[in-house]
Amino acid sequence: MITTGFSRVAYEVKTYFRQTDTVFFTFLFPLIMLTIFSVAFSEQSFGVDADGNDVSAAQFYLPAMLAAGLLLSGLQNLAIDIAGEKSDGTLKRFAGTPLPVGSYFIGKIGAVLATGTLQAAILITVAALVFRVPLPTDPERWLTFLWVFVFGVITSAVLGIALSGLPRSGKSATAVIIPIVLVLQFISGVYLQFTSLPEWLQNFASIFPLKWMAQGTRSVFLPEGFEVLEQGESWNLAGVAIALGIWLVVGLIITRLTFRWIRKDS
Amino acid sequence: MTTTDPVVRVRDLRKSYGGFTAVDGISFDIERGETFALLGPNGAGKSTTIEILEGYRDRTSGEASVLGTDPGKGGLDWKAKLGIVLQSTGESGNVTVREQLTHFAGFYPNPRSVDETIAAVGLESKQKTLIRKLSGGQQRRVDVALGIIGNPELLFLDEPTTGFDPEARRQFWELIRSLKKSGTTILLTTHYLDEAAQLGDRAGIIAGGRLIDIGRIDEIGGADARIPVVRWREKGQLKEERTTTPAALVAKLGEKDALEIIRPSLEDIYIDLVGRHAAEEATA
Repeated sequence: MITTGFSRVAYEVKTYFRQTDTVFFTFLFPLIMLTIFSVAFSEQSFGVDADGNDVSAAQFYLPAMLAAGLLLSGLQNLAIDIAGEKSDGTLKRFAGTPLPVGSYFIGKIGAVLATGTLQAAILITVAALVFRVPLPTDPERWLTFLWVFVFGVITSAVLGIALSGLPRSGKSATAVIIPIVLVLQFISGVYLQFTSLPEWLQNFASIFPLKWMAQGTRSVFLPEGFEVLEQGESWNLAGVAIALGIWLVVGLIITRLTFRWIRKDS
Repeated sequence: MTTTDPVVRVRDLRKSYGGFTAVDGISFDIERGETFALLGPNGAGKSTTIEILEGYRDRTSGEASVLGTDPGKGGLDWKAKLGIVLQSTGESGNVTVREQLTHFAGFYPNPRSVDETIAAVGLESKQKTLIRKLSGGQQRRVDVALGIIGNPELLFLDEPTTGFDPEARRQFWELIRSLKKSGTTILLTTHYLDEAAQLGDRAGIIAGGRLIDIGRIDEIGGADARIPVVRWREKGQLKEERTTTPAALVAKLGEKDALEIIRPSLEDIYIDLVGRHAAEEATA
């Protein structure tokens, strides 16, 4: 199952980059948004760090776009992709082969991990080189980024697999999934500063995983002292881990209960 | 299972959806190495039957065994011995023919060589082309290639040559003959009666969810259905007569306009059988 899983990863990554529309809307989208925000708000200050330097729009939006990338590469991409494979007969074909379902999932999650890593690397590189965002030097922060990223990608991917059963057809998948993802981004502190949202909306957003992913990435890329702006005036990384853990389990349970190669009597 | 057990064994198979009965008590066996053609009009229950045997659908009642296993409960080891060419596939196909076959070969414990398989379906010149850029007939050949890449003991072919041009169809027949020679058991459904006659050892004809006839291709419909017809034109009118001694009749008639002796083809017999069945249903 593992070997076949790895061959699936290679296959998935290859086909992913051959779909220009997916590459644009899930892979490059956060980079485009980062560029737009950085340019549009280039005159604005998003706070002052301990040494008295202004925090630029690019620095402020880098963690937000990294979190958005996690959600797009995992949840949005897989939910739409798998719904499409369900309706175009790909899954029906797999159902007739000895491909284990586990290998298929390893392929999907592995591909998201690979494309997500590349996406994050590009975002961070462009932010540092083009928009002069100061990157953290403390190794502990990078360690935090590592676990938030990996945990976030996997949770997001599993939720994508779980949500792939929601659209009734491959054609409607985009229309069903994108609004969910878009609303989450607006209420979870990706496009709008989280603390500027009314408290009830912050509490509502805290139910969903994106708010926690964004909080986790902010803790890495925003200067020390910025945690006072968060809910509870703390990065609450334990909360990030717990929230992602719960959503991972929820995703796994939904997947276990609902995922079938085919609906036998449709 | 011993080698004398049938590869496919179906007894009183039924499938109903709510009040509609798609398959209404079908029984047949397919022996090892045999090519069995399942024929019948659209909606007769052919695909439902084949999909039950492939493990894609659950049966309502009756018995079914495929390679000694209940198809409703077949695991991965069982699937590794099957080759399935579905009636319709419409994948996006963002990979080349060779990439797709190499990838699928990796699913099976004992796959055929990729080169050999590409050659067998005649796609050597297209092996580096993306599948979505192939013509419909070429994509269908990829389906067939994916069906045989695992070296199956039993191959399901559900209307495999729909959309083929006559030449591609003949090439496909050659491929199936070579698979037969190597001992593959084949279950085929098709709308082309000449295809069934070319490839099949035996055939079953399904209409209205029931098996209305089953037998060797050259015996189906019974001896009476095969009595030759002598046809000629007399005073502008087409006349015909069924006779077991057509030569004698022709000798008696002498030179006639448009004179011919017709041996009923599988198609004629099939049309006759299905037509009679429909008529009986209507009066019943």
